Amino acid sequence: MAWAVFLILSFLCIGSVVAMILSRNQAHSALFLVLSFSSLGGLFGLLDAPFAAAVQVLVYAGAIMVLFLFAIMMFNLRGELPARAKKLRLALTAGLGIVLLAELLLAGRKLVLGNPGAAQTAGGDTARLGHLLFSDYIYAFEITSLLILAALVGALALAGKKEGA
Amino acid sequence: MIPSSAFFVLAAVLFVLGVVAFFVKKDLLTQFMAVEVMLNAGNLAFLALAKALGKADGQAIVLFVITVAAAEAVIGLAIIVLVFRQRKTIQTDDLKDLKG
Repeated sequence: MAWAVFLILSFLCIGSVVAMILSRNQAHSALFLVLSFSSLGGLFGLLDAPFAAAVQVLVYAGAIMVLFLFAIMMFNLRGELPARAKKLRLALTAGLGIVLLAELLLAGRKLVLGNPGAAQTAGGDTARLGHLLFSDYIYAFEITSLLILAALVGALALAGKKEGA
Repeated sequence: MIPSSAFFVLAAVLFVLGVVAFFVKKDLLTQFMAVEVMLNAGNLAFLALAKALGKADGQAIVLFVITVAAAEAVIGLAIIVLVFRQRKTIQTDDLKDLKG
């Protein structure tokens, strides 16, 4: 049962990223990415991380991708689709992808091979996560609020100006 | 029970797809989306490790990664909007003033 869910979600995730690469329309790309991130949220749930799954769907598939869609609507680039990528560029990219994948799997082969079954201890207790956030990671948590404030002010300073100013 | 190795392989494939998308696509917005895919692959690996080790630390890190990604998306999109206002294009092929 778990395997079926895993396979469906991972195919959905990878398939929609591939569709995002193949799509020539930016809005379609963004929507494929929403699908990909939602199924990734399901995978997070499969990993006993219900809070991360909820945050993934709310923040990533919800907030961040809506931001992207707003940006796409602002640019309104309908009609001028980019020309097909050059053959050399595609070949180089494919080579890079294959080498990188081989390298990642080679580097992580101890993890991949040496971990036949996941440990049974549930790491996904949300109460435990909350305790951890407000004890061990309290400085990081507070600094995060500063980061968000900086991002807010920065975005206003960058894009909030009037056209002529 | 799904072994965590399956999740690692999926994370690696997803990361590589993000890299490929970054190099194949030629407009700033889609390249930016590819960066988000790579960040998510990292998150998946963190969560798989958190489960394999039975610790919640990985989940805490994932929360921080998502927060930083949100901040990064806001600033990045603001910069792309600025570029579009000044140059009327976000195609990377048109933005090569620094090329010698």
